Amino acid sequence: MPKDGGIGASTKRREDVRFLTGSGRYTDDINLRGQAYAHFLRSQVAHGRINRIDTAAAAAMPGVLRIFTAADFAGVGGLPCGWQVTDRHGKPMQEPKHPVLAEGKVRHVGDPIAMIVAETPEQARDAAEAIVVDIDELPAVVDMKAALAEGAPKVHDELASNLCYDWGFVEDNREAVNAAFAGAHHVTTLELVNNRLVANAMEPRVAVGDYDFATDTSTLYTTSQNPHVIRLLMGAFVLGIPEHKLRVVAPDVGGGFGSKIFHYAEEAACTFAARQLRRPVKWTAARSESFMTDAHGRDHVTKIELALDKDGHFLAIRTETYANMGAYLSTFAPSVPTWLHGTLMAGNYKTPLIYVNVKAVFTNTVPVDAYRGAGRPEATFQLERIIDKAAREMGIDPIEIRRRNFVTEFPYQTPVAVVYDTGNYHATMDKLLEMVDLAGFEARRAESAARGKLRGFGIAHYIEACGIAPSNLVGQLGARAGLYESATVRVNATGSITVMTGSHSHGQGHETTFAQVVAEMIGIDAKNVEIVHGDTANTPMGMGTYGSRSLAVGGSALVRATNKIVNKAKKIAAHLLEAAEGDIELKDGRFTVAGTDKGVDWGSVCLAAYVPHNYPLENLEPGLEETAFYDPSNFTYPAGAYGCEVEVDPETGKVEIVAFAAADDFGNVVNPMIVEGQVHGGLAQGIGQALLETCAYDENGQLLTGSYMDYAMPRADDLPFYRVDHSCITPCTHNPLGVKGCGEAGAIGSPPAVVNAVIDALHRAGHTHVTHIDMPLTPARVWAAIHRH
Amino acid sequence: MTKVTMTVNGRPVSGEVEGRTLLVQFLREGLGLTGTHVGCDTAQCGACVVHVNGAAMKSCNVLALDVAGAEVRTIEGMANPDGSLSGLQQAFQDHHGLQCGFCTPGMVMSAAALLAENPRPTEAEVRHYLEGNLCRCTGYHNIVKAVLAASGQDVSGVGIAAE
Repeated sequence: MPKDGGIGASTKRREDVRFLTGSGRYTDDINLRGQAYAHFLRSQVAHGRINRIDTAAAAAMPGVLRIFTAADFAGVGGLPCGWQVTDRHGKPMQEPKHPVLAEGKVRHVGDPIAMIVAETPEQARDAAEAIVVDIDELPAVVDMKAALAEGAPKVHDELASNLCYDWGFVEDNREAVNAAFAGAHHVTTLELVNNRLVANAMEPRVAVGDYDFATDTSTLYTTSQNPHVIRLLMGAFVLGIPEHKLRVVAPDVGGGFGSKIFHYAEEAACTFAARQLRRPVKWTAARSESFMTDAHGRDHVTKIELALDKDGHFLAIRTETYANMGAYLSTFAPSVPTWLHGTLMAGNYKTPLIYVNVKAVFTNTVPVDAYRGAGRPEATFQLERIIDKAAREMGIDPIEIRRRNFVTEFPYQTPVAVVYDTGNYHATMDKLLEMVDLAGFEARRAESAARGKLRGFGIAHYIEACGIAPSNLVGQLGARAGLYESATVRVNATGSITVMTGSHSHGQGHETTFAQVVAEMIGIDAKNVEIVHGDTANTPMGMGTYGSRSLAVGGSALVRATNKIVNKAKKIAAHLLEAAEGDIELKDGRFTVAGTDKGVDWGSVCLAAYVPHNYPLENLEPGLEETAFYDPSNFTYPAGAYGCEVEVDPETGKVEIVAFAAADDFGNVVNPMIVEGQVHGGLAQGIGQALLETCAYDENGQLLTGSYMDYAMPRADDLPFYRVDHSCITPCTHNPLGVKGCGEAGAIGSPPAVVNAVIDALHRAGHTHVTHIDMPLTPARVWAAIHRH
Repeated sequence: MTKVTMTVNGRPVSGEVEGRTLLVQFLREGLGLTGTHVGCDTAQCGACVVHVNGAAMKSCNVLALDVAGAEVRTIEGMANPDGSLSGLQQAFQDHHGLQCGFCTPGMVMSAAALLAENPRPTEAEVRHYLEGNLCRCTGYHNIVKAVLAASGQDVSGVGIAAE
C-alpha cells in the first residue's frame, strides 16, 4: 500500500475544501477598485462588409467611458497563430490576419465589432444597442466543400481561396499506398463526419485588464489554461508589452478542455483598454457569447479506406479529410487536423503504409481549435469505425481482427513518424473482456428483446500521443513555441516546501498530485508541500496544461528540480554528519550515514541551509531552491480498450448506454482516484459527442445551437455509472515517473465504442443495411437509419 | 434603485437594487458571496442554485426584489457551525465529486434539497433530480456516488471493474 500522500495513494484533494465552501477564487470573483465594464457588440451576420460604425449616440449615454472600434487598434498586431503548417507542395499555409476587433468585414456570427466600456455592465450593454452599424451582408460559406468550389465567396478577400492548406502525410508514401490498394484482397470504404462540438467548460471566459501607472505594468486576470503562453502571445505579438511589464494571472479556472488554451481578442482588448483609460476593465462572457466566441472543436468530414489481405491483416490506409478552421486561425488550429491527427492514424495496429490528406478550410463560422483529444479522437473514430466495418464485411470477429493487427513489439516505428515507446494492447483487450462478461451477452440480449429493445455491444481500442512535446521535433513541424515545462522547488527555512509550476490546474488536481510526488521523493508529509500555479509573476516560464501533459512533462520538471534539492541537501547533511556525501541516504525525511545510526532530519538540514552557521560556505551556496526545465524526448502513448453495451428502442430510435467499461494503460499512476475521475469526465464528453452534442449552423452561417436550450449537453440522467480500470501498466520509458497522461483518453476511445455498439445492435436485429450513422446518434437519426431501405 | 432586505445564511442583509437585478447578482456583487456561480444565461446549468425558504432555486432566474423578506441559503452557509464540511460536502470530497469546482456550489445545493425531500434516493432518483445541474468535468459518476454515500448508502461496489 502506498503511504497516504505519496505516489500511488488516492489522496483526497486539498482543492476541494475551498470549492465546496464557496471560497474558490475564479476570475469573475475578482473585482478591482475603480473597475469599469466592457461589453462587445458582435456581428449578427456570418459575413458582411462594414460600411460605417456610428458610435456618437452610444458614447453620449450614461456611464459610457469609451467605445473602441478597429481604428483604435490600428497600432497593434492581430491575434497570432502559433503553428504554421506546410502544405503538400512545400508551401506555407495561407494565414490571414485576425484583428482584435473586426476590420472592414465581419466573418462569423459573434465577430466583435466594437467594445463599449462603461461604469456598469448594464450601461455598457445598453450603449451597445445605440451603436449604428451599417453592414452589407455578403453570401456566407458554411459547408467546407462548397467553400472550396470555384467562385465561392471568400472569407478573406486578400487570400487566393478559402483553402488554408492541402496537407499530405506521408507525402512520399502516396504512390506506395495507392499501389497497396490496387493489389489488396479487400478494400473497405467509409465516409463519416466528426461532428463540430463546443467545449463548454462550465465557467464562461472572463478577462480583467489592469494597468499600474506607477510601474507602467499591465496585469491581465484571465480564464486560461496557460498564462505564460498568453503573456508571450499578447505581449509580444498583439500589444507590444515586454514580459517584465506584463503579468498574466489565471486563478481558479472552471474547466478548459482546450477552449482556454487560446489567446482571445477580449483578453487583448481589456488589457489595452485598461492602459488607455487607466482603470481596470472587466469582461465576463454570457454563455450565449461563449457559444459564438470560444473556439469550437472537431468538425472533420472524412473518407477513409482500409486495404486488407485475405486474412484480415491491414495493408494500407488512405484518408481524405476536410477540416474546418472557421473564419480565422485560432492559436493552435492548424496543428490539430495535421500533426495531432495524421500521426495517430496507425492506431494500435501494424499497418505498413498510410497516407493522410487534409484540406483545411476557412468558413464563416467560429474558429475551430483543440478540444479534449484534439485530432486524436478524429483519428481514432475513423480507424475504429472502419475496422468494425471491415470485420463485418470479411466475416471476422471485431475483437479478433484487432488482435491480428496489434503492434506487439516495442519500440515501434509507425509509418506516420511517431515511435511508440511501450504498450501491451493484448493486455488491455484481455482486461476489458474480463470486465464486460461477453459470455452473458446473448442472455442479456434476449432479455432486452423480450422488452422490445435491441441490444448491442461495441468495442474500440485507442492510442493517443500525450505529453506534448519534444521542442526540437515540433519546431521542425511548424510550432512557433517550445513545449517544455518548468518547476521551481523552494524549500523554506523550517522545511516546508513551496513549488511553483509552469503548468496550470483547472480541475486536474495538481495541488494534490504534485505535492504527492514531492512528498514521496523526500519522505515528508504532503501537507508540508504547497503548489503554486497560474501567475506569471511567481512561476517559471512554462507552457501550461493541455494534451495530458501536466504530469508527464510538468511532473518530470518537478522530479528534476526535486532531485537537485535532494542532491544539495545531501551535501549539507554530509557536512553536518561529518561523513562523505556518497554515504548519505535519504529515507522518510531523514538523512543517514549508510551502515550507521548517525542521522539528521530534513528540517535540520533545511534550517542549516538558511541559517548557515555550521555550513560548508566555501564550496556550497546557502539556501535551498532549485528550478528545472524538462523537454521530453518523445510523446507518451497511453492506450486502452473500451466496451459499450447499448439498448436501442426501435420504435423511437433512442439509444441508452446500459454499460460502459474502460481498460486503460496510463503507465504509472500517482493518484488513482483523480485518474479515474479524469476518465469518467472524458467518457461523458465522448458519449455526449456520440449521442447528444452537435454544434449546428444554418446555410447562412447562423448559429443554431447558441445556448443550452439548443446544444444538448450530457446531463446526469443521460449517463450510466462507468467501470474503469488502469491496472494494465507499461510505464513510459522516457520520463522519470513512467507516467503517460489520462486526461483525454475517455473522450477519444468512447465515441467509436458507442457507435459500434449501436451498429451492432441494429445488425443483430437484422437491419444489416445500416453500416454507419453520423454522430450524434439522435433518436431521429437512428430511427431514420433503421427505416431507410 | 429600491431597497431590498432578506436573510442570507442566517444573517439579515439589505441593499439597493435595480428592478432588473437578479438574485445571483445581488448575492455576488451586492453581498460579495461569490460562491454562487453564473454558468449560463438560460437557467439551464444550475451553477447558481441556492435555497430560498428551503427550496432549491436558480438564482439567475429570480429577481432580487421577488425574494424580499425570504430566507436565502448559499454554499457559504452549508458548512457545519464549526467550519468543518457538512456530511454532504464531505461526501463530495471523499468520492471526488468535483474537479474544477465551478458547478459544485449549485450541485451541492441541489443535492442538499434532494436529500431533504428524499433522504434515501435511488441512483435513478439522484440522476433525475440533478438533471438541472450541468457538470462538464466529472461525467456525473462521482457526484451521484457522493450523493448516494451522503444518504448513508453503501457505494463501495460502484464502478468497480469486476462485476
